[in-house]
Amino acid sequence: MPGPQLLVDEFVSQLRKRKVEGSQATAQLTAELLRTVISQLRAAEAPILIETVRKFGRELIAANPFVETFVLPELSVGNIVRRVLRIIREEDASGVTDGLPSDGDNQETADYADGQVSSADVLATRRLLRSPSLHGLLDRVSNAHTDDMGGKRKAPADKNAKAWMLKHNVMEAINELVEEISGCHQQIAEQALELIHHNEVILTFGKSKSVMEFLCAAKKKRSFRVYVAEGAPKYQGHCFAKDLSAEGFRTTLITDSAVFAMISRVNMVVVGAHTVMANGGIIGPVGLNMLALAAKQHGVPFVVVAATHKLCPLYPENPVVRLNELKSPSDLLQFGEFSECMELAPDSSACVLNVVNPAFDYVPPQLINLFITDIGGHNPSFMYRLIADYYSADDFIL
Amino acid sequence: MDARRGSLPVPRVRQVGFFTPNAQPAPTRSQSGPPDSSSPPLSDSPASNSLSPVMIPPPRHHSDNLAAAPRPTSPLPVPEPSPFRRRGADNNNALLVGSYNPAETLLAMSPSSSHVGDGESEETMSGGWFRRSNSGKLASSLPSGTFDFSPVQSTAEALKPNKVQNPVGISEVSARPAPKEQQPEAPSSSKQPKPKLTKAERRALQESQRAAKGGGKSVAAPEEVATIKSVKQHQTQKKDAPQVAVSVAASERKGGDKSQEKERRKDAPAPRMQFDDKSRVEKAKRRSVVDQTEAKKRVELFRHLPQYEHGTQLADLESKFLQLDPMHPAIYKVGLQYLAGDISGGNARCIAMLQAFQQVVKDYSTPPEKTLPRDLTAKISSYVSFFTQCRPLSMSMGNAIRFLKNRIAKLSPSLSESESKSSICTDIDRFINEKIVLADRVIVQHASSKVKDGDVLLVYGSSCVVEMVLLHSHELGKQFRVIVVDSRPKLEGKALLRRLVAKGVHCTYTHINAVSYVMHEVTKVFLGASSVLSNGTVYSRVGTACVAMVAHAFRVPVIICCEAYKFHERVQLDSICSNELGDPDAIGKVPGRMDVNYLNDVSNSGNLQLLNLMYDATPADYVSMIVTDYGMIPPTSVPVIVREYRRDHLLI
Repeated sequence: MPGPQLLVDEFVSQLRKRKVEGSQATAQLTAELLRTVISQLRAAEAPILIETVRKFGRELIAANPFVETFVLPELSVGNIVRRVLRIIREEDASGVTDGLPSDGDNQETADYADGQVSSADVLATRRLLRSPSLHGLLDRVSNAHTDDMGGKRKAPADKNAKAWMLKHNVMEAINELVEEISGCHQQIAEQALELIHHNEVILTFGKSKSVMEFLCAAKKKRSFRVYVAEGAPKYQGHCFAKDLSAEGFRTTLITDSAVFAMISRVNMVVVGAHTVMANGGIIGPVGLNMLALAAKQHGVPFVVVAATHKLCPLYPENPVVRLNELKSPSDLLQFGEFSECMELAPDSSACVLNVVNPAFDYVPPQLINLFITDIGGHNPSFMYRLIADYYSADDFIL
Repeated sequence: MDARRGSLPVPRVRQVGFFTPNAQPAPTRSQSGPPDSSSPPLSDSPASNSLSPVMIPPPRHHSDNLAAAPRPTSPLPVPEPSPFRRRGADNNNALLVGSYNPAETLLAMSPSSSHVGDGESEETMSGGWFRRSNSGKLASSLPSGTFDFSPVQSTAEALKPNKVQNPVGISEVSARPAPKEQQPEAPSSSKQPKPKLTKAERRALQESQRAAKGGGKSVAAPEEVATIKSVKQHQTQKKDAPQVAVSVAASERKGGDKSQEKERRKDAPAPRMQFDDKSRVEKAKRRSVVDQTEAKKRVELFRHLPQYEHGTQLADLESKFLQLDPMHPAIYKVGLQYLAGDISGGNARCIAMLQAFQQVVKDYSTPPEKTLPRDLTAKISSYVSFFTQCRPLSMSMGNAIRFLKNRIAKLSPSLSESESKSSICTDIDRFINEKIVLADRVIVQHASSKVKDGDVLLVYGSSCVVEMVLLHSHELGKQFRVIVVDSRPKLEGKALLRRLVAKGVHCTYTHINAVSYVMHEVTKVFLGASSVLSNGTVYSRVGTACVAMVAHAFRVPVIICCEAYKFHERVQLDSICSNELGDPDAIGKVPGRMDVNYLNDVSNSGNLQLLNLMYDATPADYVSMIVTDYGMIPPTSVPVIVREYRRDHLLI
């Protein structure tokens, strides 16, 4: 069996070559990879685990150096790494609190663990898990002290057993995470019937698996029409429209420019997202902002269907430029199509013609009405809360 | 940001239309000429009338203006002759012999007629669409041979006259569609042998039918091109319902007064042909020269618009070339060019049509026992319907046709045939020159004054006047960048980009989805328009509304460049009710992208429909300014232009 480093390198190269497509697949692979990595670790003390996962996580995230090359990374990799870190921290804390006292066959450890030391430990780890707040601000320092003290006083025998427990629990939790990721579409789809009524007209944009599952679930009970905007440079809408019509939807494919014309007859816009940002904005295929604006202007609900593994704890800063990806101009103009014009241009020293072909668009939270995630529907303003639930504040920056 | 804000031409625009030209000298424009337009038309633009870019010159015919002076200021129903007729009489007195049938003028002046008409009297100047597809019979039924024009009507009013039945004049023998009710549910009633009933009987019958329908369904009058009529889903339809009831009651009150009825009928703007009405579509098909196959998969929402299998018409028409006796070759050629898409763009189509008509007029000789005005108008109407079958007319073309018909109708009978013909040809030339060529120059002057150094201008699609603005500004040596936004399936921006780059303009090219990506750096948006409607809605190439909306959201001024002859008194709320459907197959094919071939084999799948809209309607909220040949105006001033200058458009 190859070592963890080898596995990670292989996955990194896959990410680089864009062989892994789709955020769900990426998220699932990442989680499975981290599970393998953790299972192969011998000494599984919580800080070591965290450090290892963090190290590999950095490598995975660095697979797409997006700032330099204007390539938007698959942010779900980072999200999953953070989720795993959070799991480790959580298991570490719960292993100290309830895991050990209930552990019958290691009485010695339990005896040793009770009392002042373990309670201090519990307190510390609990505080670690809590998101930073004004209440905890002042007693943070003393906590860290007791934490350090407590760690030093632990016996090696106890360490071993505890580490084994921790590792076991972490593996269990990651398994749950993997299952959750693979079942996210179904969870989302279950909510469809509550949101779609009969004879509705739904507009969607580009291609999204979540949207597909969402609509299919509603299709079982309701009959409605779907308009698909083609999503220009990638034309994934064509593919999506074809798939939808194969599923039996009454589908109409429209051009992106007709979005404004058609939006007045649409009851709901349902789109998928590439990433959900911490402020409730989304990164999606280019053109989504235009669609969201049009929906806002016409008071049409703009619903984003996204699983929680797309939830990114970063706040977007200048997302239109920084969280974007500029694609090849050949999507718009063929190579050589304008070469003769360039020669004719009188001032040939300056570049007379630029082609802009961004791949992503940022939709601010003001334009979004609802998020449908696998844990229910949420307002964009609630996203920060979900982030606090899923990620530990220490891991926001890996 | 400050630079952007500074460029908004807000404050002056308020003066539009209410100031006399002499009150204010031209402050900024260097090329504005003396107030009178005595200078040669090419060296000086028509805007020399207009002094300042923000001011609207008075109507050119001062005598008329005097005669009709109280008209615009009196909102009350003053018993006054319809200004249109009055004006005609004036013209005749001033210019030529009194060719007018005095009875006609008297009729128009009679209190009863003015009573009927005064609701619309303010707007009488502008016809709805060109309205009469006048058959000879119709014309002969009128007291004098004068060709009459429909008044301006807002959409709300547009349906009103429909319930006044076409009483006397039109018989079904004519080649035009018979004036039947649109009653799909009761086809038997629509087959009533109308000529055998008296008019009153017919009206009673139809009104009872309408009452039975409960006013929920609106009525279509027979002309094939006409003003707006909404689909069932549309809300205006709902609004229309009570009006229908009201005016039915009104016409009942009037009883069988023939003259009143005639007046009403004349005022009726004919609604557009609605293609969801099966019986009428059948009828139109029988008449039609072009053999068209209806598209099988049609989008539910757009059943009221014609959609044909692309490519079926052309071959058929070509094979018919020698059989089409009545069709003039010039007309035929232009029609084929429309069909094949060789001519596109509002101005180009309009000019091509007018020149074809010019050719027709030159080759025209009045048949025996007919008069030139009637016969020629009928001929032109049939040509127009041919054009419509090739491609639905744009509103600007409607205006041009209306102008032409008006000129023909106003021909003095004392003129010899050759004189009449040459007069018409000159009129057409003048229209092309003044309303299109010169208007474009004025717009270019105005708009390029808004281009500053360092500007980043965003343009969408390919509008010829916007292109002229850009090139002119470039020639003036202004330093600016242009972002050309393009959209499928036509990709008209590529041609524009090619021409701009060839001239050395610094360009950025992108697709419409990326418009919010590039909008950050844009300082002004220049857009063309197919038509500007009187509620300020800009009817233009599909996607314009998207661009304007995004610009509005980014607080970037949106400047529409549009010649005033494209202004139209119709109103429209959305892009659904009136639009044009392009070839749906163009959606599925992406030229130059081999990887996008998902839809190559889907054409037979029943569930999937492709929708290729051609136009959309931009709400007036998104438009900061409209640059026309009368100056730079806010969208709220469009109805003013339409109303005040309609006579200018019709009778240069």
